[in-house]
Amino acid sequence: MSFISGRRTGRRGSRRFTRRDLVVLGALLGIPVLLDIAIVWGPTLASVVLSFTSWDGIGDIEWVGTRNYTNLFTNYPQFWPAARHNLLWLAFLGLVATPFGLLLAVLIDKGVRFSRFYQSTLYMPVVLSLAVVGFIAQLVFSRDQGALNAIVGDTASPTDWLGDPDLNIWMVLLAAAWRHTGYVMILYLAGLKAVDTSLKEAAAIDGASETQTFFRIVFPTLRPVNVIVGVITVIESLRAFDIVYAVNHGRNGLELLSVLVTDNIIGEASRIGFGSAIAVVLLVVSLGFVVTYLVQEIRGEKDR
Amino acid sequence: MAHSYDRSDLPGSVTGHRMSRRTLLRGAAVGAGAVALPALLTACGGGPGGDGKTITLGSNASDPIPKKAFSDAFKAYAGQSDGRKVNVNTVDHNTFQENINRYLQGKPDDVFMWFAGYRMQFFAKKGLLYDISDNWEGYEGFSDALKAQSTGEDGKQYLTPYYYYPWAVFHRKSLFAERGYQAPRTLDEYVALAKQMKKDKLDPIAFCDKDGWPAMGTFDYINMRTNGYEFHKSLMAGEEAWTAKRVREVFDTWRRLLPYCQQGANGRTWQEAATSLQKRDAGMAVFGLPHPGAQFPKAEQDDLDFFPFPVINPEHGQDAVEAPIDGFLLAKKSKSLKNEKSLESAKDLLKWLATGKAEDIYLKSDPNNVAVNDRADTSQYSAIQKKAVELVSGAKQISQFLDRDTRPDFASTVMIQAIQKFISSPNDVDGLVNDIERQKKTIFASD
Repeated sequence: MSFISGRRTGRRGSRRFTRRDLVVLGALLGIPVLLDIAIVWGPTLASVVLSFTSWDGIGDIEWVGTRNYTNLFTNYPQFWPAARHNLLWLAFLGLVATPFGLLLAVLIDKGVRFSRFYQSTLYMPVVLSLAVVGFIAQLVFSRDQGALNAIVGDTASPTDWLGDPDLNIWMVLLAAAWRHTGYVMILYLAGLKAVDTSLKEAAAIDGASETQTFFRIVFPTLRPVNVIVGVITVIESLRAFDIVYAVNHGRNGLELLSVLVTDNIIGEASRIGFGSAIAVVLLVVSLGFVVTYLVQEIRGEKDR
Repeated sequence: MAHSYDRSDLPGSVTGHRMSRRTLLRGAAVGAGAVALPALLTACGGGPGGDGKTITLGSNASDPIPKKAFSDAFKAYAGQSDGRKVNVNTVDHNTFQENINRYLQGKPDDVFMWFAGYRMQFFAKKGLLYDISDNWEGYEGFSDALKAQSTGEDGKQYLTPYYYYPWAVFHRKSLFAERGYQAPRTLDEYVALAKQMKKDKLDPIAFCDKDGWPAMGTFDYINMRTNGYEFHKSLMAGEEAWTAKRVREVFDTWRRLLPYCQQGANGRTWQEAATSLQKRDAGMAVFGLPHPGAQFPKAEQDDLDFFPFPVINPEHGQDAVEAPIDGFLLAKKSKSLKNEKSLESAKDLLKWLATGKAEDIYLKSDPNNVAVNDRADTSQYSAIQKKAVELVSGAKQISQFLDRDTRPDFASTVMIQAIQKFISSPNDVDGLVNDIERQKKTIFASD
């Protein structure tokens, strides 16, 4: 940062900071740093360490090396489906729900009739927690008593939307996307409102078509919003938990890494070492995204 | 979980603002709150215990019927003891179960409700329970089977049993009478009856496993009818190989029954399955006594009937009955029990709960269970309760339930998933038993 001018850098040391400044600075920086260490880094490191142990939460902690990881990769039938479902979640939200949200935002921004009405209707699910969305999904998709099967009316062999392990993940993704789309839409709507109309006018004078204007002019100026939406999409996919837990505790085709962590650590099972190993895998996956994002940001800052 | 993301975690530069001092301070205050809050909450958890006459009791009876029944029982206790009273902390049933580990190590209540069998022995072995063998010397009216289920691996008693409920095949009397169905005695008769029901456009067997545990009852029964109780016990203790021919036989028999079970069981809760029995959509269902009982309206309770799970291997007949027992235990880590007088009071409560009279008071409000004490007054029992007593007292062995007879981690992280997988793809038994066996080995080897 360059707000310290060249002349002032010559004068340094205690004279620039009074004792009071130091105390205030120390407290203001020190407390967050301590909190950060206590709340974020401490538990993170603890789980990494615990992932190399076997512990039931009561007795002694036993060091087992990488045994938890070998078990996880070779001998835990739920692990690979869970990892796959997390990636599927990411792909679905990123490639289907997010573009759809953008489309809705553009349509509303153009000022279709009743746009206020659509805006509030589409945004409404965002207010609901995912657990509630999961509950609604059950009311709609339940095989025997659900609304969807009542409408379809196939009583001889009704589709088991939430019980069929090949089908239920898509139903849950649909419910999650229902919520995600509204969220993305609002963010883009705010972004679109901020786009300078003179840019569009200039493009129109230059003879650009509407599609060209959008992809060449409007979309690039939305970069800050794109970044936020990207980050949110990744976060939502990796931390996905509540909706599948509300539906069937994340079993039978709805496995997710976060659910496996919970199943093993919380609950009567208390395979804390093993559960930590799953958490570490999730951490590594998240770190991949975090690092990519940071690299992008730092590069962007240099270019600016 | 080691980490969690929230929208508020977005770095300041993304949103285009630098973090101001005010948001920083606010963040610090919220953070400090997050650190202090759990401490405050646990501080609230510590109950009284000074006077030696107040007993705290952790209850998992969160459903309205049992909750009321228990409060009637404790009121009656307070009425007859000299100044002793019971403070009940009721916690949601599933939450209580999931937190039991930390609960018992942290600041547990003096007395708590829990299950008999392996699931109790597990905590006894960890030293989290008080030995109440001295109480047991005074107990009367308990059978040997009950005593065995209340005993830890070290031969000492830890549990005071209170009630149980048998598992069987439930059906509606009126439906059976109307269609002329007979309760089957053998597996072949059972299958023949199911076939007939299918012809009559019924779902022969109501079936559900969305909750993960209901189908375990069927597995246990097929296993015990095929291989006997001793095999069930050692299989649950991890001493038998799941890849053995005897286990495959169980799954093969089960597969024979699956076409007659309601399809889509993994998407159905036990309440929905019991309702289909009540609505006469389904003909029969393997359940515990309270399950269909809770879904039948009061006027139709008398129409509910059951027959014991049919014979598969004549050598084992119908010897074993699955009848989970619930009861009361003393938590070793409870602070107030360190006080001699409190311990005396808590033991006095258990002594009272072990009498037939105490069980009568409970069952008056919750008729979906059966008293364990043979001195309890059975004259008030409904026909089905009487039948349940007969079933259990005629049993040569009493099993608890798959998830009560084995390690909790094995039941919840391996068996629930394995049985659900079997239900959705019943043809790959080889792959299934190999998966179970490999995971069993790692779990049972872990300590």
